[in-house]
Amino acid sequence: MAEQMTGAEMVIQALTDQGVEHIFGYPGGAALPIYDAMFQQDKVQHILVRHEQGATHMAEGYARSTGRPGVVLVTSGPGATNAVTGLTDALMDSIPLICITAQVPTTLIGSDAFQECDTVGITRSCTKYNYLVKRVEDLPRIMHEAFLIATTGRPGPVVIDIPKDVQFALGEYYQPDLDTLRHQSYRPQMDGDSAAIEAAVDLMLKAERPIFYTGGGVINAGPEASKHLRELAELTGFPVTSTLMGLGAFPASNPQWMGMLGMHGTYEANLAMHDCDVMINIGARFDDRITGRIDAFSPNSRKIHVDIDPSSINKVVRVDVPIIGDCERVLAEMVRVWRSRTNQPRTEAIAPWWKQIEKWRAVDSLGYKNSDTTIKPQYAIERLYEATRKQGKEVFITTEVGQHQMWAAQHFHFDKPNHWMTSGGLGTMGYGLPAAVGVQVAHPDALVIDIAGEASVQMTMQEMSTAVQYRLPIKIFILNNERMGMVRQWQDLLHGSRYAHSYSESLPDFVKLAEAYGGKGIRCESPAELDAAIAEMLDYDGPVLFDVIVEKDENCLPMIPSGKPHNEIILPDTANIGDIIDEKGRQLV
Amino acid sequence: MNAHLQPTGSAYFLTKETQEIERHTLSVLVDNEPGILARVVGLFSARGYNIESLTVSETEHGRRLSRITVVVIATPKTLTQIKLQLERLVPVHKVHDLTAEGASLERELALIKVAGSGDHRAETLRLADAFRAQIVDASVESFVFEVTGKPAKIDSFIALMQPLGLVEVVRTGLAAISRGPQGM
Repeated sequence: MAEQMTGAEMVIQALTDQGVEHIFGYPGGAALPIYDAMFQQDKVQHILVRHEQGATHMAEGYARSTGRPGVVLVTSGPGATNAVTGLTDALMDSIPLICITAQVPTTLIGSDAFQECDTVGITRSCTKYNYLVKRVEDLPRIMHEAFLIATTGRPGPVVIDIPKDVQFALGEYYQPDLDTLRHQSYRPQMDGDSAAIEAAVDLMLKAERPIFYTGGGVINAGPEASKHLRELAELTGFPVTSTLMGLGAFPASNPQWMGMLGMHGTYEANLAMHDCDVMINIGARFDDRITGRIDAFSPNSRKIHVDIDPSSINKVVRVDVPIIGDCERVLAEMVRVWRSRTNQPRTEAIAPWWKQIEKWRAVDSLGYKNSDTTIKPQYAIERLYEATRKQGKEVFITTEVGQHQMWAAQHFHFDKPNHWMTSGGLGTMGYGLPAAVGVQVAHPDALVIDIAGEASVQMTMQEMSTAVQYRLPIKIFILNNERMGMVRQWQDLLHGSRYAHSYSESLPDFVKLAEAYGGKGIRCESPAELDAAIAEMLDYDGPVLFDVIVEKDENCLPMIPSGKPHNEIILPDTANIGDIIDEKGRQLV
Repeated sequence: MNAHLQPTGSAYFLTKETQEIERHTLSVLVDNEPGILARVVGLFSARGYNIESLTVSETEHGRRLSRITVVVIATPKTLTQIKLQLERLVPVHKVHDLTAEGASLERELALIKVAGSGDHRAETLRLADAFRAQIVDASVESFVFEVTGKPAKIDSFIALMQPLGLVEVVRTGLAAISRGPQGM
């Protein structure tokens, strides 16, 4: 059933057919026909951002909290280049995004026209795939194919670059049959090899010191994957740890939960990874923040690795049982095979292992020395967590990047997938505020909090204006230590405490800033007033900048320093971290 | 396997390779679409792989498929990564490691311009005959030869022409195909 319409109308029609309800964007010369088509319909709601990077992070937050792709619309030239950071972020963290970039008319491409840039060239290495649409006849197919590619297999961002004359051109709109799409070359493997899954279960059945090491892949595979993970953990009785990206897939309130692993992971999670005999990696990729020294990484374990991306297997760490497939399907199959072999968890066989884990847990590696006079950042997050539990609302947390991000991962606890949005792979400061906007758009009645630092939050602060415009009551919880805390910590660790440009001078008055934007500002400096201030923030129906003045030189611990294996983790009672790393380690970082 | 890591002066850990590097010929079947070559070459540069030779041309017009023949020098571990990373690209249909899969044929074509006179000219023609090089252009003071064969044969022909007045050389890069009845 072909219908005549312009390229611009096709864009909107395809978004509607894909069930897109919200789109984050910023207009400009080359994008005007699409904006005009959007103006004349009411199915797709447009959120006007203040900077295109903000649009991409909003779409990421939207995607990660809903499981549906986030959609971005920007103009040519600077619109496209400003989106590059968010596209790279989405590629690193496997977030499904569709980014429509407008382009100068095809006749002007290559002529250095006003607001022209080589968008497909620039974004080729920061997208899963990208298109330059040169003929309107190709547009409907490309629009639908882009959604297929962004959301299937290992998800990622897809750019569609549409020249202005193609937006104006008339053509026939159609919905392609997905099976006949041109890309016969694109066939992600969903089902794991059954022999490999059986081999994995056989290894697990003999394990004496097993551990589940789960990652963002479990979240990306959808909520069913988390259910299967919980079921498998219950069936086996094995301990579970997770990467930063995987938090929430397994409930933090479960006794089998070990906390996050990696550079700032818990003592018990990291030591268990080091000493285990069977490691079951589900949807994680042996990132360097997880493994530390590769030559000392879990030296005596047999490793099972479930990943939908074949190139992740054996890329960093050699594994014994690779399983290529979707986490949800592989986990379901693992549950089935385990059940067919036994109806008992390995409680007795792994009892000594749990005893050992309890000893490590008793170290209380997330402990910190609290204070009556200054607010400790960890304490602030703990109080925030306690306050949000009483809210009776869905709670979503986003973060910026740095110490506050790690403290949030350690001290805020997640029981559900898709409720934790953070920039893991790329480590993008400025991610959290726009991500919170995107989450709030998708979940208008939820409580959405960006746990931020005063340095990061200023990178995308202008999106406060977006939050005010669309009445999105996001809460920005700034742990203000007047430092780029993580940089300062590493300078203590590695560079003789020479604090090169790692402090925040001339900070704005965040209360006045919030008011200038039309939001609410709250400042809190004393531990005694913290709970009341948090309550005031949560009660306010609108966006809040909450400026918590915290201890300036607190270190984020535990920490596995550069050049050290997991079992040489620095614990909180260490007085001076500057003495820990030897010359060799200083080189590494 | 990991006992060979050494700290370096840069960020993170770098593996000091203990595996021997090998020369492999990969055959890559791709959609013939704009930017596909940039995608493949960009992948190699972004991930630090070395390209020794690269040949690309459309091979199945009806299905708009091109075949890229790429010669890489890498350790076996990196070779596996190169293959998997190439397969990750959306328009890539298949990647075959011809070197690993057994016997394959490898050919290259070169056009070679030689200028000279007198004895050199006669010697040039004798050698060209021995190498079965065709004369595709001739003037009173120059020849252009077309020579095909394994890269080593072309290398030696070029080396022989060097003292006889070699002016310039252009080579196509390697085209390779597996032996036997099976296709890619």
